[in-house]
Amino acid sequence: MAAAEDISEDTNAFANPHEGDIILSAKGVTVGFGSKIVLKDLDLEVRKGEVLGFVGGSGMGKSVLMRTILGLTPKRAGKIKVFGYDLETASKDIRTSIERRWGVLFQQGALFSSLTVKQNIQMPMREYLHLSPQLMNELATLKLELVGLPQDAADKLPSELSGGMIKRASLARALALDPDLVFLDEPTSGLDPIGAAAFDSLIANLSATLGLTVYMVTHDLDSLHSICDRIAVLGDKKVLAIGTIDEMMENDQPWIKSYFRGERALRRT
Amino acid sequence: MAFQQNNTAPALHLDETTYKHQIIALSGDWTVSTLERIEKLVAALKVGKDRMTCIDISGIKNLDTSGAWMVHRLRGTLEFGGRRVELSGMDENRHRLFCELERHHPPRWKPDRNKYSIVRFLELVGRQMEQIWQDAAAMLHIMGSLGVVLATVLLQPKRLRGISVAVQFDRTCIGAVPIVALMSFLIGAIISQQGGFYLRQFGADIFVVDLAGILVLREIGVILTAIMVAGRSGSAFTAEIGAMKMREEIDALHVMGFSITEVLVLPRILALMIALPILTFISDMSALFGSGLVVWVYLDIPPAAFLTQLHAAITLETLMVGLVKAPFMALIVGLIACVEGLKVAGSSESLGRHTTISVVKAIFLVIVVDGVFAIFFASIGI
Repeated sequence: MAAAEDISEDTNAFANPHEGDIILSAKGVTVGFGSKIVLKDLDLEVRKGEVLGFVGGSGMGKSVLMRTILGLTPKRAGKIKVFGYDLETASKDIRTSIERRWGVLFQQGALFSSLTVKQNIQMPMREYLHLSPQLMNELATLKLELVGLPQDAADKLPSELSGGMIKRASLARALALDPDLVFLDEPTSGLDPIGAAAFDSLIANLSATLGLTVYMVTHDLDSLHSICDRIAVLGDKKVLAIGTIDEMMENDQPWIKSYFRGERALRRT
Repeated sequence: MAFQQNNTAPALHLDETTYKHQIIALSGDWTVSTLERIEKLVAALKVGKDRMTCIDISGIKNLDTSGAWMVHRLRGTLEFGGRRVELSGMDENRHRLFCELERHHPPRWKPDRNKYSIVRFLELVGRQMEQIWQDAAAMLHIMGSLGVVLATVLLQPKRLRGISVAVQFDRTCIGAVPIVALMSFLIGAIISQQGGFYLRQFGADIFVVDLAGILVLREIGVILTAIMVAGRSGSAFTAEIGAMKMREEIDALHVMGFSITEVLVLPRILALMIALPILTFISDMSALFGSGLVVWVYLDIPPAAFLTQLHAAITLETLMVGLVKAPFMALIVGLIACVEGLKVAGSSESLGRHTTISVVKAIFLVIVVDGVFAIFFASIGI
C-alpha cells in the first residue's frame, strides 16, 4: 500500500498533463514464438490522455503486442516503458503501483468465472483498498451502471451473461480502480450497434473528463472514426503508420488503403 | 513519473462563520488512491442542521469517478438529513462527471447475513436428497443411452470409434502401468512382511503365501487398481468433459447431431473396461512378485517353495474372482466420471467441485460394489 501512504505535497504530474507527454513507449520490440517472428523492431509511443486505436489484420500480432506490453508474453529484444518505468527492471513496489494504475479488458472478458459480476468488480478494490463494504458496493454498482449494465446483473455469474454483457462487466472491472491507462482488446466486437455506440461515448467521456489514456485494439471503423485521436496500423511485424484518421484516409499503402477506403469502409457512409 | 506516492492528502474544511450558511471546502486529491482517507474524513464530519450548505470543490486538485462519488454521496447524505445543499466550484469536465453520476442510484445496502437455523438445515437436507435422486436418474440415463449406443455399435461395428477407444486405452492403461505395478509391488511386500511377522510367532510362516495369494488376487489387486484408476483417469474424464461443457463444445456436438454418449462417453468407458482387467492382472502379478521377494528375504522361503505353496493355495478361480470384478468397477468409475463431467456448469469452481465429487464417489462405490461381490461370491460358494 505504498501509494496510499506516502503522500507528499509534491505536484502531481497528472494534474497538468501537457501535450506530447509519453505514457507508454516501446522501442525495438521483437517477439517470436519458436522460429516464427511475430513482431520485429517495433516502435510505438502512446501520449497521455489520447485514445489510440490499433488496427491490423487478424493474426498480425495486435493482441501479442498488447500482451507483451502487459508483460504476459516474453519479448526477445527491446524496451517497453509504462508510466516511465521499464517493467522488467522496476522494483516490485513500482510494478504493483503500475498494475494498479492500468486496467485491462481482455478479448474474451476473462471474468473470474466463480465470482459474481459485482465480486469481480470489487476484486481489485478489495485487494488494494480498505473500504467499507457499503462503499465498495456503491462503487461497484456505479461502475456497473457506467458501462451500461442493469443493476440486476450484479449478482449474476459470468456464465449467465451474454457475450456483450461479459464485455461490459469486464470493462467495469478494468475501470474499478479508476486507472490512468486502459488496454482494450476489441471492446466493441460482439456488441450491437447501439451498445457499441454507448461504449464509444463512455470511453470518449472518460477520456475527456478524467484524462484517461486508452490503448484500444479494434476493428470497428465507427470507433476509429468517432473516438480515436490517433490510429496505429500494425503490419509487416511493425507499426506501418500512425496518425489521425484523416492521415490514414490519405495513406496510400495498399493494406491501409483497402482497410480505410475499402469496399466495406466506403459502404458505411 | 509522478503517478504514485505523491498524492496530495485530501482535506475537508468546514466553515460555519456565516449566519445560517456553511461552506464545506474540499481540497487535495479526491481519487481512488486516497479513498480510504476520504471515507474516514467524511464519516467524521459533523454538520449543523438548518443551514444552507455549500460544498465547494474548486480546491480539489485531482478528481476521478471514485472521488466524485464520495462528493456526491456526501451531498446525498446531507440532503437526506434535511439540509439544502449545493455544489459549487465546478468546471465543465467536472460538471459532466457529476451529471453522469446523478443518473445512478445504487440499491439499498443490505449486508449479507448467514443465519443458521433449523429451517435452513432442513432445506439443505431436502436439497441433498433431491440431488441424490437426480444423480441416480442421471446415472440411469447415461447407462440407458450407453446400452442403446452399444446395441447400435454391435449392429453397425463401423460406428464404433476405434481410434478414439485406442487413444483412451493408451491414456488409461499403458500410462498407468508403471504406477500401478509399483504400488502393487509395495502393497504385496507389506502384506507379506506384516503377515510373516505375526504368523512366525505360531511357526506358520509358510501360510503367509496363502494369505498374500488369496488376499491380493481376490480383493486387494482389483480394489487398489480401481482406486488408482478412479484418481487417475476418472478425474481426467470429468475434467475433460467438464471443460468441454464450459466452453460449449458439448453443445456444439449436440447441434451437429452427434450423440454425446457415442462420441465421448462410450470410447472412454469401453477403454476403461478393457484397461482395468489388464491393469488388475498386472497389479496381481506385481503384488505376488513383491510378496515372493519379501518372503524370500524376510522369512527365508525360497521362490521354488513359494511357488509350490502358492500353487496349492490358489486356483484359477481365485484369480478370476478378482478379474471378473474389474470391468464392473471400470463401468462405475467411467460412468460417474462422465456424469459428473456433464454436470459441470459455467464456472471453474464448479469444474473443481465436480472433479472432486467424481473421484470421491467413484472410490466409495468401488468399495461398496466390492462388498456386494463378496456377498455374492460367498452365497454361490466360491
